[in-house]
Amino acid sequence: MEWETVIGLETHAQLSTVSKIFSGASTAFGAAPNTQACGVDIALPGVLPVINRGAVERAIRFGLAANGKRADNICRRSVFARKNYFYPDLPKGYQISQYELPIVSGGSVSIVTRSGEKIIRLTRAHLEEDAGKSLHEDFQGMSGIDLNRAGTPLLEIVSEPDMRSAEEAVAYAKALHALVRWIGICDGNMQEGSFRCDANVSVRRPGGPLGTRREIKNLNSFRFLQQAIEYEVQWQIDVIEGGGTIGQATVLFDADSGKTREMRSKEDAHDYRYFPDPDLLPLEVSDVWIDEVRAAIGELPGERKKRFQESMALSEYDAGVLTNDRETGDYFEGVIGASLASGEARDRADFKLCANWVINEVLAKRNADNLPPWQFAVSDDTLGYMLGLLRNGDISARTTKDLFAEFWEASRAKKFSVQGGSKSMVDELIASRGLKQVSDTAEIESIIDQVLLANPKSVEEFRAGREKAFNALVGQAMKATKGKGNPATINGILRRRLGA
Amino acid sequence: MHNATVSELSAALTAGKISSAELTKLFLERIGQLNGVLNAFVTVDAEKSLAQARAADERIARHEGSRLTGIPIAHKDIFCARDWLTTCGSKMLANFVSPYDAHVIERFNAAGCVILGKTNMDEFAMGSSNETSYFGPVKNPWDQTCVPGGSSGGSAAAVAPRRAPPATGTHTGGSIRQPAALTGITGIKPTYGRVSRYGMIAFASSLDQGGVMARSAEDAALLLSEMAGADARDSTCVDMAAEDYTRTLRQPWTPDGSSDRPLQGLRIGLPREHFGEGLAPEVEVAVRAAVAEFEKLGASIVDINLPNSPLSVPAYYVIAPAEASSNLSRFDGVRYGYRAPDYADLLDMYRKTRAQGFGAEVKRRILIGTYVLSHGYYDAYYLQAQRIRRLIAQDFDAAFKCCDLIAGPTSPTVAFKLGAKASDPVQMYLNDIYTIPANLAGLPGMSIPCGFGSGGLPVGLHVVGNYYSEARMLCAASHFQQATDWHTKAPGV
Amino acid sequence: MPLSPDEVRRIALLARIELSEPEIAAAQGQLNAIFGLIEKLQAADTRGVAPMSHAGDASARLREDQVLESDQRERFQSVAPHVERGLYLVPRVIE
Repeated sequence: MEWETVIGLETHAQLSTVSKIFSGASTAFGAAPNTQACGVDIALPGVLPVINRGAVERAIRFGLAANGKRADNICRRSVFARKNYFYPDLPKGYQISQYELPIVSGGSVSIVTRSGEKIIRLTRAHLEEDAGKSLHEDFQGMSGIDLNRAGTPLLEIVSEPDMRSAEEAVAYAKALHALVRWIGICDGNMQEGSFRCDANVSVRRPGGPLGTRREIKNLNSFRFLQQAIEYEVQWQIDVIEGGGTIGQATVLFDADSGKTREMRSKEDAHDYRYFPDPDLLPLEVSDVWIDEVRAAIGELPGERKKRFQESMALSEYDAGVLTNDRETGDYFEGVIGASLASGEARDRADFKLCANWVINEVLAKRNADNLPPWQFAVSDDTLGYMLGLLRNGDISARTTKDLFAEFWEASRAKKFSVQGGSKSMVDELIASRGLKQVSDTAEIESIIDQVLLANPKSVEEFRAGREKAFNALVGQAMKATKGKGNPATINGILRRRLGA
Repeated sequence: MHNATVSELSAALTAGKISSAELTKLFLERIGQLNGVLNAFVTVDAEKSLAQARAADERIARHEGSRLTGIPIAHKDIFCARDWLTTCGSKMLANFVSPYDAHVIERFNAAGCVILGKTNMDEFAMGSSNETSYFGPVKNPWDQTCVPGGSSGGSAAAVAPRRAPPATGTHTGGSIRQPAALTGITGIKPTYGRVSRYGMIAFASSLDQGGVMARSAEDAALLLSEMAGADARDSTCVDMAAEDYTRTLRQPWTPDGSSDRPLQGLRIGLPREHFGEGLAPEVEVAVRAAVAEFEKLGASIVDINLPNSPLSVPAYYVIAPAEASSNLSRFDGVRYGYRAPDYADLLDMYRKTRAQGFGAEVKRRILIGTYVLSHGYYDAYYLQAQRIRRLIAQDFDAAFKCCDLIAGPTSPTVAFKLGAKASDPVQMYLNDIYTIPANLAGLPGMSIPCGFGSGGLPVGLHVVGNYYSEARMLCAASHFQQATDWHTKAPGV
Repeated sequence: MPLSPDEVRRIALLARIELSEPEIAAAQGQLNAIFGLIEKLQAADTRGVAPMSHAGDASARLREDQVLESDQRERFQSVAPHVERGLYLVPRVIE
């Protein structure tokens, strides 16, 4: 029987502010327990929340970025509410979160999968505070509570149930991840929990009414997201096909077993008694403020992709790969800049050369080494310089590849004084190993004269129409230059001399 | 000396006629004589007080004092004061030594005031008789078989018998004005947002406001000038510079006013709804006489309507418990305060801690608040109450188009007997029927002594002004007190 | 609308307050008396009236994104019921 999967994602992006959403405590990761939990964060009697402008500014930035920079999805007057429940990592006994009136309503994110491009609609994005952490190590059978994370600003981004497969859900999560990092509102560090997803999953007959959904909580890697959804979908189908029904539930994914299981702790907590937080007046966002934020956003991924396609004549695929994240695009443009001496005109071939190099060499290595998007072992300047030499015929393609690989490894092994290498290091290596190609026409002409004189048989054969003889002559010329002759130059001169 | 006003004490301190240390000792001795009887203070710490007093004396000697330097003041135990026990009248916080100062405490400390002690109060400010305190009821200094009013009953019972020159109080429904009326002192609760709530333990955040309990309007003006003003740590606190409320105290209401008719031009509105059923005749007589005194001073009287004010008590008993139920969730036995000694698991720890740590009235209000916010009841109760709150605010807007101040009784009766209403919450709640409407609207309100009823118990005149009109209210009250001597009467204890 | 003992139990659980059976009965009576007072709200015509959740119609004042707090763990935990290695200890949390 046919089943259709319906998935919506709720994503918590930790905002990149230095202080918490309602207090002046630091948000830095990894401090000793409770040393970054101030009076407001531990909810001392009498303390009050005050909203962090930086958190609001980032929410506006997101709203604009997910809406083609239009502001019709940004609520000019939003309201913070209290979500009431008891939990030891929730010091006030309520979480401050936007409920009825979120700061962002609507917007969308575009994803590309094997079946092409698709638009995933956003329901809303709202500001809220994170909770602390419960540590379950052995404290004589008790749990330890660390409130350093309590009050960290989060933007909860809620999608419409527009995804139909785990693949689409992962593509959406990746696109969203790239976007929040692109606009600088979240560092995207999934190991530290800066970006985590809850997936609402249900199955139905194609075209039929929506099935009952189960929510998988706290998925902090794309791989877990994929595995958890795939397991959950199959589980739901098995239950229904076995004659059972799905009950609404909150479940956890256990990475070790690869299974989902129902949470036990929140069974009576469904009545959150939301009401507007009386400590916080409504949040007003002026048009002037929105304009300022818009002006500072800069180019968005879609805009940059379009520019790469239109002004650099890159293919849609290349432009797409190069704008997957902001750093790759920046790196690519850096490579182009460094590959050309100032004032030199760029042409399609230059852009294509740089694009091919970044995609086929750099990204391949970055992925193979499992590096984060912002880590390039060879700097854009260094690679650009190498490609400039290649383009000018000063080094061969082979040499360039070898050099790049060597630089990458050395830099990864931290053997460089200058991280990512430098132009002078490239120059030194080429000089010390004699890698420079001979492109001097006069020198090559005289070498070819000698080769022609020394190989009359090959010349004759070539003139008789045997192309292979030409290659033999090139080989002799290369040999005479000790391999440093620029093959293109040798080719050209030889053909001219032979009158071909 | 204990009968002197704050400005008289200030003059004596500056002139070197008395030191702050002497003054502090005097008041601490007077507190010691009576506290076993009235139970006005939860905490007195002579060592801390005297250290502050000596520092104040040094400051005065260096001529660096302000007009409040060296003045002893009592603080309601709802204000967090660093290194002081801050109990909020609850077993839940019976051992809570505050690690920080409330904004109000900071301001008074910075001015050089001396903390005389922390005053008793209804538990978490929930009460109108000061009988819900974990530390026992406070007695009315005029008649120890009667209540002093609540929730700032300890502060009232400290100021009225001259055991503290002024005291701080807080107000959610009637908690400054009602005890001020029942003990014959002057109390002012400013416009919501005028005084920072930072460090003031929350009862109902959209209603709570700090204020002053003092012997006269002049003292109240002096103290409020120090207390009010912007604070970045309370985002509901208005971003308005502090005012000196004493500056205009003696000025006539309008430039046309004369010395015998200084309130010429003042229009006082009397709400019909506040002179009807339920008002004790002895209270009405005293209040009407006070209104006549205002007329003598030049004021004119207009009758006004506050048609929705009968709905104020029901609306208040939805809104305040709703907010309280959430505000008091932080008392869970995890980070500070009481934790039940025996429990089976986490849920059991929460339930036992809160069952044992909170008193009956607090638990009652948490249950009401939880109910009105819960699924299926929110619209019918909470939202409906919020709509009525707006109607009540609109009543006042309309009223202030035809008058400058609104006057009436603060409380329907004089102080009642201890225990008389303790078992009937609804009767207790109706005590605040006249003060609650202005509070829902966020307006400033005062109570000033205006006579005595049966048994020699004081009666208070209730004065409500428009938003941020504290200076005008204090000016009118001060002229009344220049012409009368009710505020100079003290109980014979 | 009168509260049943079950409703009293439900809200007491939501509020994390343990009530014994006699306490539930007492609370039911008192709460119903109070709701008798509160029910008066239902008679009022509030159509078209916007709920008022704050005194006044001001908007929030924001703070700049700056770290203003330093570590006060020792001071804060000096009043805590049970701490170990800088953590607040509670009966085991089950997820």
